[in-house]
Amino acid sequence: MIWRALRRSPLALAGFVLVVFFAGVAVGARWIALQDPLAQDLAHRLAGPSPSHPFGTDSLGRDIFSRVSYGARISVLSGVAVVAAATAFGIAAGTVAGWNGGWWDDVLMRLTDMFLAFPALILAMAISAILRPSLTNALLAIAITSWPAYGRLMRAQVLSLRARDYIEAARAQGATETTIIVRHLVPNAIAPLLVQATLDVGGIILTTAGLSFIGFGAQPPTPEWGVMVSEGRSFLMDQWWVSTFPALAILLLVLGFNLLGDAVRDVLDPRLRKMT
Amino acid sequence: MSLLTYLARRAGLTVFVLFGVSIITFVITHIVPADPVAAYLGEHAPPALVEKVRHEIGLDRPLPVQYVIYITGLLHGNLGVSIMDTRPVDQDLAQYLPATVELTAAAMLVALLVGVPAGIISALYKDGWPDQVTRVLALGGVSLPIFYTALLLLGLLYSRLGILPGPGQLGIYTQPPPHITGMVAVDALLSADWAALGDALRHLILPALVLGYYSSGIITRITRGSLLEVLRQDYVRTARAKGIPESGVVLRHALRNALLPTVTVIGLTFGSLLQGAVLTETIFSWPGIGRYATNSVTSVDVPAVLGVTLVAAVIYSAVNLFVDVLYAYLDPQIRYA
Repeated sequence: MIWRALRRSPLALAGFVLVVFFAGVAVGARWIALQDPLAQDLAHRLAGPSPSHPFGTDSLGRDIFSRVSYGARISVLSGVAVVAAATAFGIAAGTVAGWNGGWWDDVLMRLTDMFLAFPALILAMAISAILRPSLTNALLAIAITSWPAYGRLMRAQVLSLRARDYIEAARAQGATETTIIVRHLVPNAIAPLLVQATLDVGGIILTTAGLSFIGFGAQPPTPEWGVMVSEGRSFLMDQWWVSTFPALAILLLVLGFNLLGDAVRDVLDPRLRKMT
Repeated sequence: MSLLTYLARRAGLTVFVLFGVSIITFVITHIVPADPVAAYLGEHAPPALVEKVRHEIGLDRPLPVQYVIYITGLLHGNLGVSIMDTRPVDQDLAQYLPATVELTAAAMLVALLVGVPAGIISALYKDGWPDQVTRVLALGGVSLPIFYTALLLLGLLYSRLGILPGPGQLGIYTQPPPHITGMVAVDALLSADWAALGDALRHLILPALVLGYYSSGIITRITRGSLLEVLRQDYVRTARAKGIPESGVVLRHALRNALLPTVTVIGLTFGSLLQGAVLTETIFSWPGIGRYATNSVTSVDVPAVLGVTLVAAVIYSAVNLFVDVLYAYLDPQIRYA
C-alpha cells in the first residue's frame, strides 16, 4: 500500500528518499564523516570547499562536511524522539479522557488548553533560562508544548469510536476493558495521530534548530545544525559555506519530512487530503 | 446558542486558562536550581545579607503565599523589576510590545496577500504548472529555517547590494515621529511625517517579508485545499448549471465558504508568527518583545522572562478567542456544537 502511494506521487517519493537519506547519514555518520567533527585545525580555518573539505572549514578549522554528517544524527533523533514522546503521552492521556469521560475529560481538556496557550519557542526559552541551556532541556520543553495536540486528537478519536459495533461485540465476547482499549480501540484510532506526527517532525526540527541558533538549545561545540548556522553568521557574505551547508541540510531534512507527511496523510486518510 | 452566549463561554474559558498559565509560569520560575538571591548578590556575600534580602523580597515565604502575592501583583499590572535594566518589567513590555505588533501585523498582511491568491490560483489550476510551482514554493516556505533566510537576505540586500536599509526600525539619522501608539510607522502616518514614514516602511519590508513567508506557505496550503473541497460541492455544480460564468461561481459562491478555514488558520499562524518574531527581531535588531525575550533569557533575567512568557500566552489566547468568535459568527453551525 505504501509503495503504491509512493510510486503514484513523485513528491512523496522525493520526501521518502530525503528522509531515508538523512536517516542513513545519521546512522552511518561515523563512516561518512571525513574526520572527527570536533577536531580543530587552525592553520586551515575558514577554507573554502575543496576535495579534502567538500563543505569547507569553519572558524576553528573543523571540517564542515563531517560536522553536518554528525549533525544529521542530532536532528533526526531530536525530531523523532520528541514526536514519539509527545504522541505516546498524548495517546495515553487522550484515551483516559475519552474513555472515562466526566471528571477525567474535563481536567484533560483544561490542561491541554493551558499548555496550548504557550508558543513552544517562548516556553522553551523560559525553561532554558531557568535550567541550564542544553539540547535535552530544549527537547523537553518542545515535547511539553507538543503533547496537548495529540491528547485532544486522541480524545476526539476515542469519543467517536467507542460506540462502534466492534467495541460492543468485543465486550459481548467477554473481553476485559483493557483488552478492548488496547487491542481494538487504540489501533483503529491512531491513524490521524500518525499523520499529524509525521507532519510535525519538520516543525520540531526547525524549532530545535532555531533555539540552538539563539543559544538556548544545543551548545557549541556540538555539531548541531542550528548552532553551526549561528557560528557562521558573522561571515555569511564572505565565507558563506560555514552557515549555508548546515542551513541547506535543515531545509532538505524538513522538506523531506513535510513531503512524507503529506504522503502519509494521503494514504492513511483520503478524507483529510482535502485540507491541503 | 446565541453569539453572545458563545462569546461569554469562550471568554470565561480563556480567563480560566490564563490562571492556569500563570500557575505554570510561576512553577517554572520557582524550580530554579540555583539560589537567585545568592547569584544576584555574588558569591562573597555574607549569609546574613543573603537571608535579609531573601526575606525582603519574600522568597522565604511558603510557595502558595508567594503565588498569591504574585497573582495579586499581576492583577495590578505589577510584573516585577527587570534585573537587566532595573526597570519594571511592565514598562519594558509596554515599550517593546508595539514594535512586535507592528512587525507581526505587517507579516500577517504579507502572508495573507501572498497566501490567499496563491492558494486560489493553485486550486483553480489544479495539477497544472501554476499549481505545482505554488505548492513547491509553499512547501519550501514552511521548510526553510527562518533565521538563515533572514541572515541571507539581510546580507545580500543590505551589506552587498545596499538596496534595503540595515537592522533596526529607523535609520540612525532619522528623527523618530512623536510617540502616539508606539508603532513607528503608524505614528509617522498619524503625524504626517512622510520622511519618517518612508524610512520606517523601508526598514519594515524585509523583516515582514521574511516573517510572513513562512506563514504564507501555510495559508496557501489551507486555502488551496479548502477551495478544492468547496468546488466539488453540489451548490457549485448547480451554479455552473445555471449558466453563471466561472468567475462568478468562484467569487460569489465558492470563495465565501472556502475562506472559513483560512480564518481559523489565522489564529494558528499567529502563534508561529510570535515564535518567528523572536528569531527575526533578534537578527534585524528590531526593538520588540522577541528580542527582549532573547536578551532576558541570555542574562537569566527571571522576572523579564516570566513577563514575556505570560504576555505571549495572553496575546496568543486573546487572538485565539477572537478567531473562535469570528468563526462562530461566520459559521453558525459551530455555535450549536
